[in-house]
Amino acid sequence: MEFFTISLLNGISYGLLLFMLSSGLTLIFSMMGVLNFAHASFYMLGAYFGFTVTEWLGFWPALVLAPLGVGVLGAVFERYGLRRVHKFGHVPELLITFGMSYIILELVQLVWGRSSVDYRVPQALDGPLFTLFGTQFPMYRAFMMGVALAMLAALWLLLTRTRIGLVIQAALSHPEMAEALGHNVPRVFMLVFGGGCALAGLAGVIGGNAFVTEPGMAVSVGGIIFVVVVVGGMGSLGGAFLASLLIGLVQTFAVAIDVSVVSMLQGAGVLLTEQTPGYALWKLKLSQVAPILPYLFLVLMLIFRPKGLMGTREE
Amino acid sequence: MKFAIKQIAACALFACATGVFAQSGQTVKIAFIDPLSGPFANVGQNQLKSWQFVAEQLSGAKNPAGVKFEVAGFDNKGSPQESLNSLKAAIDQGFRYVTQGNGSGAGMAIADAVAKHNERNPGKEVIYLNYAAVDPAMTNEKCDYWHFRLDADTSMKMEALTSFMKDQPKVTKVYLLNQNYSHGQQVAKYFKEGLARKRPDVKIVGEDLHPIGQVKDFSPYVAKIKQSGADAIVTGNWGADLTLFVKALNDAGLKLPMYTYYAQVTGTPKALAAGGEGEVYVIAYGHANHAGDIGTLTADFKKKFNDDFYTLSTYNGINLVSAAMAKAKSVDPVKVAAAMEGLSVKSFAGEVQMRKSDHQLQQTMFVTKWQKVDAKNPYSVENTGYTFAPVKQMDPYVASTPTSCQMKRPG
Repeated sequence: MEFFTISLLNGISYGLLLFMLSSGLTLIFSMMGVLNFAHASFYMLGAYFGFTVTEWLGFWPALVLAPLGVGVLGAVFERYGLRRVHKFGHVPELLITFGMSYIILELVQLVWGRSSVDYRVPQALDGPLFTLFGTQFPMYRAFMMGVALAMLAALWLLLTRTRIGLVIQAALSHPEMAEALGHNVPRVFMLVFGGGCALAGLAGVIGGNAFVTEPGMAVSVGGIIFVVVVVGGMGSLGGAFLASLLIGLVQTFAVAIDVSVVSMLQGAGVLLTEQTPGYALWKLKLSQVAPILPYLFLVLMLIFRPKGLMGTREE
Repeated sequence: MKFAIKQIAACALFACATGVFAQSGQTVKIAFIDPLSGPFANVGQNQLKSWQFVAEQLSGAKNPAGVKFEVAGFDNKGSPQESLNSLKAAIDQGFRYVTQGNGSGAGMAIADAVAKHNERNPGKEVIYLNYAAVDPAMTNEKCDYWHFRLDADTSMKMEALTSFMKDQPKVTKVYLLNQNYSHGQQVAKYFKEGLARKRPDVKIVGEDLHPIGQVKDFSPYVAKIKQSGADAIVTGNWGADLTLFVKALNDAGLKLPMYTYYAQVTGTPKALAAGGEGEVYVIAYGHANHAGDIGTLTADFKKKFNDDFYTLSTYNGINLVSAAMAKAKSVDPVKVAAAMEGLSVKSFAGEVQMRKSDHQLQQTMFVTKWQKVDAKNPYSVENTGYTFAPVKQMDPYVASTPTSCQMKRPG
């Protein structure tokens, strides 16, 4: 019970961080149809901006300023890069964001160096929030969870309950009509892209000090956020939320389960020995393969349910 | 006439002082092949600086051969495949000495490639100085003549560590957490072997192998350790994999004695300091509070880079190679390799010897413990106000392990 509760908390908090990371990506994809390969790079930029602003002004200003900075960069990239290739179709769009991710990586290494920076959790949020069965639950994790939930609520309200949200949705499904009604559709796209990048930046400010801020951080999360978006359903915010939690929980609990094919068959009375062909594979414990489970998910999902958990697109 | 004799005598004297040995005054270039980008970049960068610093400090008259050492960095991104590309680039650029340490996977790839290269290119031989890859296979079943290990391998470290744990009666239940590649697997294997001999009463209550450099959130592992009821942790993790693990332990408030290989390595001391004083042990062939020559080097390194000098095998490496060059009177790798076999040099803790049978350096081992700096142990690791203080010193024979190496010597 004790272990279950702690793991549940760990899994949910990790899942919520994943959601923060992938919500921007899914937003951009659902609104603009652009699969932004540079998304994780904007996450990294957020962490580095957060680190630098924290050194100048402190963490709380960084929490606001760094995502804004990343958002502005994203908007500029959309205005002068993405928009120009938009008319050539999806592949050039994909390629330009792909190239952008390398540019950002190299720039980050030039500015902040190749090794990690000392970006710490603010004093006020350092330490345990409560102690459960003798295990502390860190305050910062609770803060991360809170921000993610607030973000989900704000996004949902913005998209469904405000005028801007309605214009965005209209521009998505009927761009010509929205334009005819006097809305500046390209500007709407720019705002959406900037907003999505800002969300990634926010995740960076918060995730950077919880884990490590280093040039490899974009690559290390790049894969997993695509898994979240695909499993959740391309372009579905609710799906991304569900998929993030699911992946967070699966990864956390899988670590705890020391079951392998060998031990399972042993329970059933079949004994596999080192002479059995493929023994190296059968003796792998679930806990050992935990980190690759999300990718297995991705593949299975694409095979059996290509539109994802909550995707709305028709095949 | 008199003048001529004087001149000849002066020339002879001058020759004696500087140029009688063919190798003296030559430049020896060493290629450093290790991750300089990616998750372990901070470690690789520090070690490149360490090599370059020691090479600079011990160049010229400071070493018995009188040669000048230069170290250049090649980024292998931590991968065996990239290591081979780096090695090829280094050889093409004329490097005859290569060094590598971070990752036995990359190390074995290099050892193998060097052996093949030397066989196919007589006259262009390359020596591989392994300063930190500690998989025992490299000096046992996969041993090679051109490979020289300056670190102590895992079988030796575990021999020393389990000797130390013999006197720690409160350790009864151990949890093993390691990276899932040759090094991590060997740590687990040799620890269990040593423990079975020296402390058969100690139970292994859990064991995990996680992918190297992939896990960002160790809290699931911490929850698992807590549940297992372990009263000590043994880990061979290094770099970000140890730093993040320590962070997760701090976050959960789980304070267990930890027996580590690499808690002194870049990034980890800062995370340890956030959790305050605790029982964290490091088993290694050196520590931060040596006096004498190496102490001065450590202090100068700190002054120059504001970083810790913890890869002391660089010091032994340069000393050993230069002693061999003086002995061989040449910088030719073929002669130097032969001279290095069985060679002893003075180190910061007694003598070290490059064992002839398997090219494993035999050296004194230390167990150090994490604590606040004091008068006896003044070196503040990563400027944290904490240090690793030696609690036990073990002579080379304690940690020495037999080898199954059947060395094939050229010619």
